[in-house]
Amino acid sequence: MFEPLYKPEEAHGIWVYLEQQAGKLEGVSLELLGKARELADQAKVRLTGALLGHKVGDLAKEAIACGADEVLVADDAVLSQYRTDPYARVVTQMVQDHKPDIFLLGATPDGRDLAGRLGVRLRTGLTADCTAMWLKEGTTLLEAQVTGFGGGITAVIECQYHRPQMATVRPGVFQAAEPDPARKGTVTPVVVKVPQEDQRVQVLERVTREGADITKAKVIIAGGRGIRGDWRLLEELAALLGGEIGATRVAVDEGWVGRDRQIGQTGLVTRPDLAICCGISGAIHFTVGVEKAAMIVSINTDREAEIFEHSDYGVVDDVFQVLPALIEELRKAAQT
Amino acid sequence: MTAKRTNHKGLEIIACIKVVPRPEEVVVDKATATIDRAKARSLINPPDMNLLEVALELKDRHGGQVTLLSMGPPLFEPYMRIALAMGADRAILLSDRAFGGADTLATSYTLAEGIRKIGRYDLILCGEESSDGATAQVPPGIAEWLDICQVTYAGEVKIVDGKLRAEREVRGGHEVLLVPMPAVVSIRVGINEPRFIDYDRKLWAEKEAPVTVWTARDLGVDEEKIGLKGSATTVSGLGQARAVERRREILSGSPQEQAHVIFEQIRPFLRKGA
Repeated sequence: MFEPLYKPEEAHGIWVYLEQQAGKLEGVSLELLGKARELADQAKVRLTGALLGHKVGDLAKEAIACGADEVLVADDAVLSQYRTDPYARVVTQMVQDHKPDIFLLGATPDGRDLAGRLGVRLRTGLTADCTAMWLKEGTTLLEAQVTGFGGGITAVIECQYHRPQMATVRPGVFQAAEPDPARKGTVTPVVVKVPQEDQRVQVLERVTREGADITKAKVIIAGGRGIRGDWRLLEELAALLGGEIGATRVAVDEGWVGRDRQIGQTGLVTRPDLAICCGISGAIHFTVGVEKAAMIVSINTDREAEIFEHSDYGVVDDVFQVLPALIEELRKAAQT
Repeated sequence: MTAKRTNHKGLEIIACIKVVPRPEEVVVDKATATIDRAKARSLINPPDMNLLEVALELKDRHGGQVTLLSMGPPLFEPYMRIALAMGADRAILLSDRAFGGADTLATSYTLAEGIRKIGRYDLILCGEESSDGATAQVPPGIAEWLDICQVTYAGEVKIVDGKLRAEREVRGGHEVLLVPMPAVVSIRVGINEPRFIDYDRKLWAEKEAPVTVWTARDLGVDEEKIGLKGSATTVSGLGQARAVERRREILSGSPQEQAHVIFEQIRPFLRKGA
């Protein structure tokens, strides 16, 4: 066993890493606050947000409104853009000073980049992309559920002897609480010391835009391998239903659709009122990302496709035959 | 004598690869909630094919050598020979029962110890994540153990004046980083077309290419820091994913008739005037 940084009995409180990009908190951080608030209330412990950036103080208030009791703010020009080394340095210092029991991070590219580095630096356990989590009865031992590879298997992961118990969670898995501006909390500034050796990486450019947020879509029209790159009908259907396009990993890897629309285990978890799955076989890697939909309709030529087991209505037919007929009916109805 | 940039050694690249079961062939015993990987054939983790292509392109351009590194059972060896046939120069397999049951803390430690034993490296390339574990934690973990810089989710990578210039994915966009070497770089899946295997190389790879096996003893690692013992996480229970109850109604009729049934169901979602 690797020597733990501190003992479980010295650890206290639940932490959420408050990821921000261009002065805006990531949705997944607010979702984590929502879940962590439940756990903190259950265990009667404090919920702390760790916020890093430059001129990001206002975001602390938002985090408090969404459930944090305290926000540690590391505000410094050296943290103006995410870089692994400075961020890992500052978070490590915070953890050493305060000894959190549980530490949750969003599974965004930057969140996973940081979490992977911290897991080793803090010599602790890091569970990737939990789909559910709870505390073991009467303790603060985190039981984190992950969906196992293959089909239909879940595994519960624990970190017994090392602290903090770290876990990442993908966007959309948990729901953010309604912000309560009257909630009280403390904002604690943190002294930032980042040595030169941690500033070896230069960010030459960073370009981000507000991408599609399919985790909030009411209707999702999802396509997979069976679409063979032709998304016109799906887009037409999405427009008629005020929905967003979603995709399987294969479709994203093929370059047909951007990653911000990838549904499933390595993508996003969505919870629409309606999901229409077109040409999707329905491997568990995908279905974990749509199973929270209120209604699922699937179209696939293969009667044996697993997707039909996860659907309310299944059409065993060609997407390119069914969708035109469906679009025509919807269009007619829209005009009346 | 005019100053001329010479590159005596070229790039020393370590390509970390993993062999994974084919997901569609993994058998799940629903009664006991266990996974039977034995019946599944394997393949090189798909993102690792993309990292191999990056490694070989860098070697083509800058010279040097590509050393494959993996941790796993002896069944990995023939897959490492495939990567040798693609153009890698040598392969090292960390294989020992004591490595088994490792989480990402112990896995990244073991791989980092393998890299230390290899000794010389400018770049350590990994795939963005494995298709079975899918944690993406091992590349940053290796970088931390070796105390060097990391770039995750990289696309295009170039060597510019002795530094690494890497494009990296971030949420809703990308960034470009200039990073000192040595560095660990995890390569995004699907960023290139992995090359075909050259026939002559294939013969060499199958028969003569060096695949060296290193055990825990060869690495000189503390048994407390590898495998199950070195892991901070434990699996406390396996269960069956709770399936959401669905109607599972299969429609019949012509495409038009089926479309009509769906239409009636989804009509409430229609945007008026759309």
